[in-house]
Formats: sequence, structure tokens, C-alpha cells
Amino acid sequence: MEPRALGPPGLLALGVLGSLLALGAQAQLAAAGPEPALWPLPRAVQMSPRLLQLAPANFSIGHGPNSTAGPSCSLLQEAFRRYNEYIFGSYKMHQDLAKFQVGTQLQQLLVTIILESECNSFPSMSSDESYTLTVREPVASLKANKVWGALRGLETFSQLIYQDSYGTFTINEANIIDSPRFPHRGILIDTSRHYLPVKNILKTLDAMAFNKFNVLHWHIVDDQSFPYQSITFPELSNKGSYTLSHVYTPNDVSKVIEYARLRGIRVIPEFDTPGHTQSWGKGQKDLLTPCYKGQKQADSVGPINPMLNTTYTFLTMFFKEISKVFPDQLIHLGGDEVEFDCWASNPNIQNFMKKKGFGQDFTKLESFYVQKLLDIIASMNKGSIVWQEVFDNNNELQPGTIIQVWKLERYASELSQVTASGFPAILSAPWYLDLISYGEDWRKYYLVEPLNFQGSDKQKKLVLGGEACLWGEYVDATNLTPRLWPRASAVGERLWSDKTVRDLLGAYDRLSRHRCRMLRRGISAQPLFVGFCD
Amino acid sequence: MAGGALGLRLLLLAALCGVAAALWPWPRSVQGSPRRYCLGPAAFAFRHHAGSAAQPGCDVLDAAFARYRRLLFGAGPWPPPSLSGQHHESKDMLVVTVATAECNEFPTLESLENYTLTIDDDQCLLTADTIWGALRGLETFSQLVWTSAEGTFFINKTTIEDFPRFPHRGLLLDTSRHYLPLSSILDTLDVMAYNKLNVFHWHLVDDPSFPYDSITFPELARKGSYNPVTHIYTAQDVKEIIEYARLRGIRVLAEFDTPGHTLSWGPGIPGLLTPCYSGSRPSGDFGPVNPILNSTYEFMSLFFLEISSVFPDFYLHLGGDEVDFTCWKSNPDIQAFMKKRGFDDFRQLESFYIQMLLDIISAYNKGYVVWQEVFDNKVKVRPDTIVQVWREEKPVTYMQEVELVTKAGFRALLSAPWYLNRITYGPDWKAMYNVEPLDFEGSPEQKALVIGGEACMWGEWVDSTNLVPRLWPRGGAVAERLWSSNLTTDLDFAYKRLSHFRCELLRRGVQAEPIGVGYCEQEFEET
Repeated sequence: MEPRALGPPGLLALGVLGSLLALGAQAQLAAAGPEPALWPLPRAVQMSPRLLQLAPANFSIGHGPNSTAGPSCSLLQEAFRRYNEYIFGSYKMHQDLAKFQVGTQLQQLLVTIILESECNSFPSMSSDESYTLTVREPVASLKANKVWGALRGLETFSQLIYQDSYGTFTINEANIIDSPRFPHRGILIDTSRHYLPVKNILKTLDAMAFNKFNVLHWHIVDDQSFPYQSITFPELSNKGSYTLSHVYTPNDVSKVIEYARLRGIRVIPEFDTPGHTQSWGKGQKDLLTPCYKGQKQADSVGPINPMLNTTYTFLTMFFKEISKVFPDQLIHLGGDEVEFDCWASNPNIQNFMKKKGFGQDFTKLESFYVQKLLDIIASMNKGSIVWQEVFDNNNELQPGTIIQVWKLERYASELSQVTASGFPAILSAPWYLDLISYGEDWRKYYLVEPLNFQGSDKQKKLVLGGEACLWGEYVDATNLTPRLWPRASAVGERLWSDKTVRDLLGAYDRLSRHRCRMLRRGISAQPLFVGFCD
Repeated sequence: MAGGALGLRLLLLAALCGVAAALWPWPRSVQGSPRRYCLGPAAFAFRHHAGSAAQPGCDVLDAAFARYRRLLFGAGPWPPPSLSGQHHESKDMLVVTVATAECNEFPTLESLENYTLTIDDDQCLLTADTIWGALRGLETFSQLVWTSAEGTFFINKTTIEDFPRFPHRGLLLDTSRHYLPLSSILDTLDVMAYNKLNVFHWHLVDDPSFPYDSITFPELARKGSYNPVTHIYTAQDVKEIIEYARLRGIRVLAEFDTPGHTLSWGPGIPGLLTPCYSGSRPSGDFGPVNPILNSTYEFMSLFFLEISSVFPDFYLHLGGDEVDFTCWKSNPDIQAFMKKRGFDDFRQLESFYIQMLLDIISAYNKGYVVWQEVFDNKVKVRPDTIVQVWREEKPVTYMQEVELVTKAGFRALLSAPWYLNRITYGPDWKAMYNVEPLDFEGSPEQKALVIGGEACMWGEWVDSTNLVPRLWPRGGAVAERLWSSNLTTDLDFAYKRLSHFRCELLRRGVQAEPIGVGYCEQEFEET
């Protein structure tokens, strides 16, 4: 009656399952024996067997005397409060001062920002996230060049603390030196196929910070609905959203951006064109291409109409707003899966093609559109990310355009080609978390090596990182969190930790405990396998 | 394509009365009409018919009235009755009448669940043979009520006659691989009632943990649970679950799976499990329950005496699946016992154990359900044993297995195609919906032996973090297959209603996941 014998023979070989069971048993033991579970694993960790204790009422996180940031840095102030809560939770209520042996108590964590703090800035691709952490009695020290590294270090510090079997908060003396392997470590959420309440997005940002992710790729609109409430073109969401309550107001958007900033997370909005735009058509007349059936105009519309000047006037105004509303240096312009049938059916488009000398090659028309759009974005001093088709279909692209590789087939060779052409790349092909399967699929995400493709060192340096994508066809607020976590955590460690950190057994053990920690912090992360959390 | 034509008719009908599209599972016969009546939430009440066998004080119905009032109208405040505009005739009560009132009893496999619902100019009446049927009718009534854009509650003129296709419509939860908090189980019982499911198959214990807090053998949970304080079900918890289920017309079928899947029993009952050998020495590992010791059967007698009195349902589930023979094989005492008995096959030893166990259970006047291996291994069982078919392909396809089981004269339960824990990308509910449980070669007598089926949610990768969205609305597909007519098979019609039903579940606070793109008026928000 249980699934052991259920799978296609060979797929769930008994041997494999046997070892999984063994793992499960091990994890239980491990969970019982208190020790820290670091996720993602830092670059260099030296742990001393010397234990220190923390008394909730007699421990604080503060600014180091030589820090360039002080109490006026609200980003750090908020982080101190947050991490105090994550570390002690409800135990903070116990005010009785525990009596510890002299010389075994950790009383303070001092956070020192060394260079210009960037306290009031937004994080960017080039933000410095490195930090060093030294835990020594009686004061631990966290040093970072910028606040962004301090945020990562606070997370690590909180992961070092555990409760021993008497419930005492305990930490090992330790030295940690850490920095990320890739600067772009993202999660894609899709708020068009299903609307996600703002609360859900904020919760996702919390969990992202626990996993040292630093980019929220917000695929905000698509064919199905247009929840982004534009100031310049309010009809877009008035007509294009599911209902008037399924929208993100300017206030919602700025709330998400600030919440993300406080956690060192960038928000990159995606406004995918010229395909995937059905919902735009409802609120913006003549934007989409009318499709034809024979000589007659049909009832349907296709991708954005690339031959009208009004299209580019609209896009200029629209993206002017977007580039202001979203502070990040990058905007994602989509460009994937453009269907040519509708363009082909339309006699005006045909004429335009002839005039431009495109023949019957609609990829040229698509390129024409994309080039114009990229120019518009460049004129606003923003950089662009596009899906891989834009690279595949274009001979000339503005240098510096970032290509996101999403097609699973031959993604390594795609990375190789993109970087050989000198373009920066982001990998998400092997990390489509919406494609669920039975069992422990996190292992397969974990074992991906992003730089495992043919290319020079120079090419490899062009890989900026990757993204775990949770497309929304079958995902909404009801199942988003357990579907994302801890599966996305596997991607989080792959993008943060050293290339050599690949041991599945150790990862299973740490990740099991990391998921229990996420549970304690209010993230309903699903189980990795049989077992329990306190 | 009779099904298709029927589906089309149903679609037309649903369009006609607009709101019948909300019905899940689809009743036997629905006659709708565009004529509608409004319901005033402040005044509306459920009442016992003067001639009903049940009267105020029948707790099953009284509690259901309160529940459905809250589900329909919430806690208020409600908009005042609109005086302007269209005048609608209003209904201020649903009158309920039952022929027999088993108000203090438990539902059984034999309980009748049929009902008739008549909403017309003259009456608003729910008639049923039993209170259990009335519960099903109340659910249907609640699905018929809809709200206009202005917030007025309406119900259309409707006549529904309804009864289930199969008497056993179950859902299995596994509380051993992961512990499920009491509240998760109670919430699941609520949603089962919304889906007209009527058996909670509680796979309480298994290899990884023993959360059942036995009164007779407290060491079992003390040593065998994940945590003997927080990860157990106390006698009080169990009682609460059984009563909560009863009030919703749901039976609780407890499973204590033996002789395999019992590793967690070992720490609490030394000597119960077979010591495995490595060469001539015990390896320190343990295998299935040790079938050669008298002490095993003494323990089982006492343990199941408790179980028989704690769980009121006539049936117990005794498991019996996936017994691994390697440990038995390694043990010289077992070998000697085999020789003495003249067994040359370990299946004979398994049969020996199971027959002893079945005799114990029979002596307590309980019936039993077993997994199909017990039948496959030719264990001699009582003719009224129920065999649960769970293996998809082996030793034969599940439909062939059902054929064999019923041919041998046993009653069968089907769960092989309905393992909800097995997830795949996309609308996998459709495959579960398309299953026809009687699609096997067999006589009408054989078909009548299929008493229903169960959707199973095994717990290897499921706990309270992901249980609800994984269960619903996918479990609904199984629920309709087991309740509705064999002609209710149109997928488009089902998709429309199931999407609608999932939004209704969200409205009722259930974290049911989407089955396609779209939205609900009220989305789920994390707290």
C-alpha cells in the first residue's frame, strides 16, 4: 500500500530507496543532536569545539565602534531586530537572567561596515555581499564592506545558534569568511497566471533572505492578466486584470521594493513583449496585431503590432514609468515564444515586411521590434535582460544585453554560444520548480553545475548566476510556499556556495534542518523526506 | 459518445440555472430553473419537519444546521434586505425530514445516504431516509446558494434526487511518515464532508513512528513516536477525531498494519519483532513481527482488544502489505519453526500469522480490511473480508486484480489509481477522474462486490505544510467518481465545476490549489 513498489520499475530502484530510508534515519539522529546547520554553506568555516551560551535578555546586536553605519542606518536597525526575533523567537519572553559560567557567555554581536555603507541605496549586480564573522567570547564580530554583506552575515550568524538539549542557546566559537559564487541569484514568481497577494510576495522575500537569494524576478504580467496598476495607463489593469482587487497598486509595488531592499534583494520587473501580451490588449487599443482569417479581420489579436509608430510611442511612455517605479538598473523585457501565425495572417504586416525587405522571415520582424525596444530602454539608462530566443533570433544585439537561458534542451551549449558571443548569461533551464515530480527532485537541482559547458575562462565569467522559476499555471497562494521551499534552497546553495560543495549526504542533513528552521520562522516549507521537526 | 452527449446536456442545464455549475460531486438527478428565491441571512433557519423522526436535540443535525448556517452566511453583518428593485420571493427556512433518526449512532458501511431536495414556490424541503442522507443533502443545499454582485443570497428553483454510487468513499492519511497535527485531521474531515467522502482511513502507525498513544501499552508511543509529548495522538485526540467525523457522517477506519511496516513498534515492545541474523549472530536489526512466539499473539490480543473498543467502526484495517522475508529467512529459530510446521514458503508463514491475527479480530466481533497481498498470498480469510487493491501493475493490473478478488467472492476497495501523494506536472486530476472502477470482466454479482474506493495520501513527502493543497481539489476527482453516476464523465463539465468548487473551498477557508490558470473572488491569504 505504500509507494515503494509503485514507481515504474527501475525508476525507484529499491537500492536507491533503501539508501534514502537510511538517510531518513540518519537525519532524525542528526536532528536530535544539536549542532548548527548552515545553508548555503559559507566559503570557509572554522568551528572550534569551544561552546558559548547566549541569554536572550543579555544579548544584543549592535554597531561596531568603527562602523561607517550607525543607528541612523535603518536597514541595519531593522535587520538587528529581525534577527534577534529569528534567533530567540518567543523565548525572548523569558526575562530571568541565566547564570552562566564566567567566560562562556556571548553577550554581543558587533556589526562593522568598513567602506561606504550604502545604507540608503538599492542593491545592484555589483553589490559587495562578502563578510567575515568571528565568534569569540564575549563579543562576536561581523565585518563587511557594505550593508549587503552584513545582511548575509547576520543570516549566517543566526544559523550558527542552536538550542542544546536543556534549551540553552548555544554557539561554537568560529571564524567564517564568506562571499557568493555568483552575483545574480534569483527567484522568478509569476503573478499573471495567478495573482499572488502582496503578503505572499513579502513572505517569499523573507524566505529568499534565509537562503541568501538576492533577486526577485517579478514576471508581473502575461497573457492571462495584467495586475500591474500603471499610473500612465490605468486602463491596462482596469481592463486587463482578473478583477479590480487582483491588482498591484503603486503602493503595493513600492512596499515590495522596499521590503526587498531591506533584505538586500533586488526587484527586477519583467514586462514580456511582444508575445505573451494578450492582457495588454484589453486596456490599450490597437497595441496588439489584429489577426486575419483569409481577407477578413478575425476576432483575435496576436503579439504587439511592431509596424505602428503608436506602438513605440506607447512603449516609450510605459517603460519611462517602469524605469522610474523600479529602481533596479535592469528591466526584463521577455521576448520569448513569439507566435508568428497572426503576424503572417495580417496583410498590413505582410506589406511592411515587403517594404523592409524581410521576405517571409518573421524573426527579422521580431528583431526589428526588439531592437527598437532595447534602444528605448537604453535611452533611459537601464540595462535589459531577455529570454534566450532574442539571442537565438538576432544577429545584432546591444552589447551588455543579458540573456536568460530557459530551454532545457542543450542548455549547456546555449550558455556556450551566448557567452562566446560576449553576452552575459543567467541560467534557469534546469531550475523550473513548477515542473513537479514525485520524490526528492531537489537533488537534481542541487547537482547542476552552471559552468559545466565548453568555453574559456572569460566566457565562464560571463555567467552571472541563475534563477529558480516558479511559473504560475498551477501555482497560487495556496501552494506557492511549500512548492518553492526547500526545493529552491537547493538552487540557493548552488549559486552561493563553492563549486566543490556537492556532497548530497551532507546537503540532505543540513537542508532537513534548514527546512525545520524555515518552519520555525513561519515559512511552510515542505518536508524533504520522512521525519519530523520540533 | 453517450457520456459526451450527457455532458453537453448537463452543461446546458448548468448554464440554464447558472449556479448548478457549483455542484460537486454531481448529483444523480438535477432539475433546475431560472426562477430564483432570495434568502435573508438574518432570518434564515434550518428546521426539523414536524413529522421528522429527528427533532431538536438530534446533535448530528443540530450541529450540521449551525455549521451550514455559518458556511452559507458567515458571521454577518449582512446587508439589510433590499426593498427597492426587483421583488423576489424569499425563503426563510429549509425544512428537513428524516425517516429514521440514528442521532447517537455511528455511520456504517450500510448507512443509507440518499436524499431529495425540493426548492419551489411551495416548499424548501430536504427529505432523507437517514440523518446521514440529510447531511449529504445539506451540503448540496449549501452548494446551490449563490450570491449576487450586490451581496444578496439566492437559490434557484431546483429539484434534486441523489444517492451515492458506492457506499465506501474514503481518504487515507498517513500519520507515521510525518505526524499531522490534530487540527490538520479535523480540517480534512470538514473538506471530506464537502466532497461527500464518508470514510477516513487512518494509517496511524508504520515503520518511522508510532504516534498512537495506547492505554494498554503506553511504551509503544513513548518509545516509538517522534516525540512522546508533541507527536502523539492521545486517547482524547482519538475520541475527538471520531466524534468530529461522526457529526459529519464519516466513519473512521483505523489501520494497524502488521506484520511488516512495524519497525516503530519494536522499541516499546521488546521481543515483538523478529531479530535479523547476520550469519550465525543477531545483527541488531529487526524485521517483521515475530510470528513464531506465543507472546506475539498474547500482545496482539490485548492490543487489538483496546483498538476494537476505542474505534467504534465495525471494520479495522489490518494492513498485511509488503512483508519483507529477508529477515525471517536469516533467523534460525524461524527456520526451525518453518521446518516443524512443514512450511517451504515464507508466504505460508505470513499466512500463519495473518490467520492467527484474523481469528483474534473475529473474536472481537470486528470485520476487517486488508491490503491485496493478503489475498495474493492466498491467506485463508473469512468470506466477508474486504480486500483493498493498491498495486497498479503487479502481479496483475489493478482492474484484473479487482476481477480476481471479486471472482473469489470477496468485496473489493480500489485505491491503486488514486495515490494522491504521487504528483506530476499539470492537471493530473483528470486521469484520476477518468478511472472507471467497474471496468473489468465480471458478472453483475462481481461488480456488486466493489464497495468503493479510497484516495490515498501517503506521507513520505507530505506533512501539514503541503497536505491541504496536495489533497484538494485533486481528492475531489475521486470523490465524484465514487459518488456520481457512471455516466458523469465529461471532463469539460467537470473542469468547470471543479474550478468553481475549488473557489468555494477557498471561500470556506480551505487552501485548495488551482487546477488551471485563473482566479477566485476570494484568494487564499497566508496568516
